[in-house]
Amino acid sequence: MENLTKLSVSEAVKVIRSGSVSCRVLTQSILKRIERLEPLVQAFITLAPEYALAQADEADRRIQAWRKSPDTPLPPLLGLPIAVKDVLSVANIRCTCGSRMLENYIPPFNATCVERLLEAGAIIVGKTNTDEFAMGSSTENSAYKITRNPWNFDCVPGGSSGGSAAAVAARMVTAALGTDTGGSVRQPASFCGVTGIKPTYGRLSRYGLVAYGSSLDTPGVLGHSAADVAALFSIMAGYDPLDSTCVDLSVPEIQLDSEPELTKLRIGVPEEYFTEGIQPEVRVAVRKAIVVFERLGAEIVQVNLPHTEYALPVYYLIAPAEASANLARYDGIRYGSQLPREDIREIYRATRGEKFGAEVKRRIMLGTYALSAGYYQAFYLQAQKVRTLIKRDFELAFKQVNVIAAPVAPTTAFRIGAHEDDPLSMYLEDVFTLPVNLAGLPALAFPVGFDLKGLPIGIQLIGPAFAEAMLFRAAHAYQQTTEWHTFTPLE
Amino acid sequence: MTLSLEEVEYIAELARLELTDEEKARYQKQLSEILEYVARLQALDTAQIDPTFSVLPPRNILRSDRARPGLSIDDLLRNAPDTEGAQFRVPSVLD
Repeated sequence: MENLTKLSVSEAVKVIRSGSVSCRVLTQSILKRIERLEPLVQAFITLAPEYALAQADEADRRIQAWRKSPDTPLPPLLGLPIAVKDVLSVANIRCTCGSRMLENYIPPFNATCVERLLEAGAIIVGKTNTDEFAMGSSTENSAYKITRNPWNFDCVPGGSSGGSAAAVAARMVTAALGTDTGGSVRQPASFCGVTGIKPTYGRLSRYGLVAYGSSLDTPGVLGHSAADVAALFSIMAGYDPLDSTCVDLSVPEIQLDSEPELTKLRIGVPEEYFTEGIQPEVRVAVRKAIVVFERLGAEIVQVNLPHTEYALPVYYLIAPAEASANLARYDGIRYGSQLPREDIREIYRATRGEKFGAEVKRRIMLGTYALSAGYYQAFYLQAQKVRTLIKRDFELAFKQVNVIAAPVAPTTAFRIGAHEDDPLSMYLEDVFTLPVNLAGLPALAFPVGFDLKGLPIGIQLIGPAFAEAMLFRAAHAYQQTTEWHTFTPLE
Repeated sequence: MTLSLEEVEYIAELARLELTDEEKARYQKQLSEILEYVARLQALDTAQIDPTFSVLPPRNILRSDRARPGLSIDDLLRNAPDTEGAQFRVPSVLD
């Protein structure tokens, strides 16, 4: 029964429709695999087996009704088991954001992305581990557990969507939702050897995504292939009146050709992403992948993104500044944990001091400082101006090329504890993913090889705003001719 | 760029964070290092550059001024640590 857990999205949907397997049986086989592997991988904060089985039974009833009257079409993802990062609201399931602050918080509504997937028939099996409030690059900042990289249990899965990436890599679910503020879908996808999309800012609704850096946050999807990720992305994308930054723009149907061919594609390779500090195997694997694209007919062009080195300092001013404002809502009064005190100001101070973890407090302090009187111009405003320069670099590059190909991270997965008590060295892990968020662009990460220790290596294709379909087509063409995305760490 | 302990305490107070002495000392060191790193932005001449507060073009988002169904009071109070009737309960704020 466990081979059911190896199905792609389209295979799972087809198997369910054929009637050879019921949704209940498929969900049970997924839950059984989770039961076996979760003690090793630790990918979930909350598992919801009863909820999942109830959804599966409901889906089975719909299929029976459909057999009697096949005129009403079935929803596109009916019966597909997925997981959701624990910063996206699923109604009536605890949403902790990896924080003690929200240990018992139960959202009364669904995030729009979640709502759309549920309407499409997806079955949610649980909420995955994350760095607290999505602040981190390793998932070690979770207040609940340390998720292991399924390829090597001594290594991190990346972060902050590390639980989702590990759950997909270990085939505990077919696909999972993540979020990406500075690389939090792409970097764990790269570290765990799976495919992950960071959509254009404004393409997907952020309604129900617990806010970290509001001008940077996007929901995202992790799965085993570009085709799987595209299937979920297409359902989640599009206008939502509940998010005023969600753009009212039609979402083109993503046509993935069965014949891989990319003759009209010009791929830019930015010199600045192949610097000294990059692990040699990462450089080699990404270069080899670019050669595959060339063989598929793409033209390879060198491009320059001269302000790349400033993305890190810009991000670590803007994101904490936005976080310091967003996390002001955790006051211990309306929801979340509270430490009882006589005075309301003391409730705020005690609750926030006690219930936020070290990294969250660090970023709130950094952001508060950058926004405070006397430092706003020199830090926050200057960062927003340099952000314009970074965005302009991409605009100029996209006058020459259709997409940009670059490594996702300078290294493969690092060991648990490697950056302990040295936040700046952890921040440097994000150097290649941050520019995309600052410019609001879409990027698709997928595996292109392994290093000498057997850890996955990822590439990212970056596109102009709203060009996700082109990224999916290019990655799909690559995956039609290569096998890196098919390897599984755990039997 | 070095933050003084008093500055750390001032920021923590603005952010309503109660910190232990050990935390204050650690943040003093770590935030100083991070600020020193990000200060490299100040070397760039941006006199002629506009800031990008959002990547989307600025526009007004309007909707019709009509009442719509929302979450119930029960739903909204369900997660509150302390309530009374249909309200959140807090210690007295005004003398």
